[in-house]
Amino acid sequence: MQKIGVFVCWCGTNIASTVDVKAVAEAAKSVPGVVFSTDYQYMCSEAGQNLIKDSVLTYGLTHVVVCSCSPRMHEATFRKAVASIGMNPYMLEVANIREQCSWVHKDKEVGTEKAIALMKAAVAKAMLNTPLTAGSTPVTKRALVIGGGIAGMQTALDIADAGFQVDIVETKPTIGGKMAQLDKTFPTLDCSSCIVTPKMVEVGQHPNITIYAYSEVTEVKGFVGQFTVTIKRKARYVDESKCTGCGACIEKCPMKKVPDEWNMNLNNRKAIYIPFAQAVPKIATIDPAYCLKLNTGKCGVCSKVCGTNAINYEAKDEYLEVGYGAIVAATGYEMIDVSKYDEYAYSNSPDVVTALEYERLMSAAGPTGGHLVRPSDGKEPKTIVFIQCVGSRETEDSCHGGKPYCSKVCCMYTAKHAILTKDHYPDTDIYVFYIDVRTPGKLFDEFYRRAVEQYNVHYIKGAVGKVTPNAETGKLDVQAADLLLMEQLQIEADMVVLAAALEPHRSARPLATMLTAPMDTNDFFTEAHAKLRPVESATAGIYLSGFCQGPKDIPETVSQAGAAAAKVIGLLSKNELVGNPCVAHSDEWMCNGCSQCENVCPYGAITYEEKEFRMPDRTTKIRRVASVNPAVCQGCGACTVTCPSGAMDLRGFTNQEIMAEVDALCL
Amino acid sequence: MQRELINRARELLADGTVDRVLGWQAGQFAYDITPAVFTDAGELEAHFVYNEFCADNLSKYLIKESEKEGKVLAFLKPCDTYSFNQLVTEHRIRREHVYVIGVESYGKADVEKLRARGISGITGVETVSGMLKVHTMYGDESVPLNEVMLDRCLTCKSKKHVVYDELIGEDGDVVADSGRFDMVEKLERMTAKERFSFWQGELSRCIRCNACRNVCPACTCENCVFDNPGSGLQNRAARDNFEEKLFHIIRAYHVAGRCTDCGECSRVCPEHIPLHLLNRKFIKDFNELYGPFQAGEVSGQMSPMCAYTETADPEASVVRKGGAE
Repeated sequence: MQKIGVFVCWCGTNIASTVDVKAVAEAAKSVPGVVFSTDYQYMCSEAGQNLIKDSVLTYGLTHVVVCSCSPRMHEATFRKAVASIGMNPYMLEVANIREQCSWVHKDKEVGTEKAIALMKAAVAKAMLNTPLTAGSTPVTKRALVIGGGIAGMQTALDIADAGFQVDIVETKPTIGGKMAQLDKTFPTLDCSSCIVTPKMVEVGQHPNITIYAYSEVTEVKGFVGQFTVTIKRKARYVDESKCTGCGACIEKCPMKKVPDEWNMNLNNRKAIYIPFAQAVPKIATIDPAYCLKLNTGKCGVCSKVCGTNAINYEAKDEYLEVGYGAIVAATGYEMIDVSKYDEYAYSNSPDVVTALEYERLMSAAGPTGGHLVRPSDGKEPKTIVFIQCVGSRETEDSCHGGKPYCSKVCCMYTAKHAILTKDHYPDTDIYVFYIDVRTPGKLFDEFYRRAVEQYNVHYIKGAVGKVTPNAETGKLDVQAADLLLMEQLQIEADMVVLAAALEPHRSARPLATMLTAPMDTNDFFTEAHAKLRPVESATAGIYLSGFCQGPKDIPETVSQAGAAAAKVIGLLSKNELVGNPCVAHSDEWMCNGCSQCENVCPYGAITYEEKEFRMPDRTTKIRRVASVNPAVCQGCGACTVTCPSGAMDLRGFTNQEIMAEVDALCL
Repeated sequence: MQRELINRARELLADGTVDRVLGWQAGQFAYDITPAVFTDAGELEAHFVYNEFCADNLSKYLIKESEKEGKVLAFLKPCDTYSFNQLVTEHRIRREHVYVIGVESYGKADVEKLRARGISGITGVETVSGMLKVHTMYGDESVPLNEVMLDRCLTCKSKKHVVYDELIGEDGDVVADSGRFDMVEKLERMTAKERFSFWQGELSRCIRCNACRNVCPACTCENCVFDNPGSGLQNRAARDNFEEKLFHIIRAYHVAGRCTDCGECSRVCPEHIPLHLLNRKFIKDFNELYGPFQAGEVSGQMSPMCAYTETADPEASVVRKGGAE
């Protein structure tokens, strides 16, 4: 026999101002099954919780209904409260009379009527609530970090320092990421590679870190604490265990015309290559698209000069299967393709460059040894135009289909480019066309002001309409509008630099699909809670580090990387995880074996098996039936509404319980 | 045609390809065709029939038949092949236990329409050069087949066999302008009140004989929700004085995306309720909302309600079948 207690919360005035809480408590008294009801100012307070506990003991309550805020807020609080006095926590039901009632109504009469209806529905469901017990699963104490840029490296280091094993999977032949390609960093102007290469070395030398460079994640199975990941180790054609990184092969390789992606294709490299001097691991890689031996069968020079016999033209991609407890996405960013912005003539002139290309042109390790020259004729530019927000902050009706968001770092790196350029070449004229200059951050605005006041960089609020390569002068005719002076400008520029929008790396979406981690329309991973859980994915066991979650600069990325590591450490410190008992299960006698539930399950929790059944007529029959892996099931309920026979049901939200709620509301 | 079918069935039984044959036989009357399983040549010769009264969709019978040991030969008309595929997709039929012979069909006769023409005492039927020759106790009558066809055959969606191991007769094509949604469109143009009274008029005749459910090849649940007291639907359907509407609407929802529009529900309804219109409304909506979709057309293809598209959904967690697995 159910003995239900109803506890109506005022939530101060949040509920009480538009719901007559006393009337709700009074109405509860006449609902069948309810033996006690009361109201209280703050049910979630310690006194409120004690009121519930005392009443359970005094009146011998079997079920508790709390009419309060959304169960997302305090269901856990109340469940713990009743559990502390020995009641099964799933005997508690929360009626949301705040978010779904008092906050959306102004008329107290209407609000009260609705609150009573919601209370009745919750009582109807509580009547059918049964005790549930959560199971537990062990945790594999190893983490996977996908992406070896600054975000991934920092996360891996922090996890590894805590004593856990970490694997980094990086698609490029070396870790280091975009930060290793940058020249200097704002606003301190310290050399980017001087600060990132020690990190790379630290990662490479850490006893708890394994780097799988030139590798990709191809499959993710399992669930929090128990992931099984397939890692594709792309064939380098160079034996990692033998290569010493001496570079003899590179020197002798006859194939010299391979665009060097490390230098943003501004110069060429060989078909066998090490991206840059400080690469980790420092192992040569053969580019199968260009290698003469692999493509024509003739050559084999690298194999002849290699002192350790490391070259293997027969190498094949290899696949590893590794178990992990937690996975961190740190896939980073790339610049959008600016060639579709015809007006900036990126495709028509080598002197129109992206900001990342400009970084390489400024870098001492870059294609020009740090000597800033025009890619077209090798002369020093005297006038440079920087265009901000190329493809960022675009509205939906923009013809280019650019990004609606602000890429966050462009204002600052452009100021950096301007300052560095003026530092090296003081007679350069620099124009920056901007929509807004956004410089929130420690020492950021000071830095920008230095560019304007000290270095005399011409900041012009306005837009560049057209960049036209002038064949006669060899310059770029820039036509622009100054929106403050309301006048048209014509600038003869030697170079144009595009601050192109940054977008999540193209590998992020396929990865999100493998991880079943939600993403937004811009392909940023969605955090579990925008404010309170910013480094966790909504999918348990998946963590987010760096740009893949949203635009960030380096210090923010490093902070978030550490935060993600802290969450991973918290998970890996546990020996086992308590599951959610509100999971689906199938009534095998009713299951048709139709596979519709398997098809709609977003978590891959449902499998089918052929099972032997003893039939009522004493015959044996093999039937195909669904079975749910309770550790993988997240309790979303998609299967229960798909199942035509009603065989699939969700514990804690059974079809009968939901029907009872609907009946209480509608009948 | 009947002779060819019997001969082929005998061959396949004789050479051991199949162990049983699922076909049709006459019931009490010649037009009273009923599905039947034959196990030897004698039975086939004595009882097997295939003529313009053989409207029954045999696919549903293959659920039980394919569970048994050995292989069963099934004769499937074009419309039946769609149901067959759908049931294979839902793992209800063990495909490897069935040998499918596609048989041509250009429409089946409606005995009521023959009766309406004053033809009675029917003893047999055959098609002779496009005309339906009806043998009766009072002599032969000849009528154009398309004038006495079942309504469902008049709006036939496809004369193509979407699955078969071999074919007897000719394979046809999907009928592009079947006009099968004309009546649905007419209903859509009605006001809600008119539509309600149309359905009230139709569904109120329902005697809850369950013929529609029992014949429906999409209604194959091990335990139908209407027979399961735990589902609570029985009582809910009975709570309303217009209970039939709930029965039929719930049934239409349950087969939505899986109904192949074979038309058996309306054919077997003793009250002549056009039940197929409910299903066709869903089919039409599917086509309009998710693009053209024909349940059963492709084996293994799930309905748009259970299928994911790689591009349409911004939430990566639901873009792929089976998620992480």
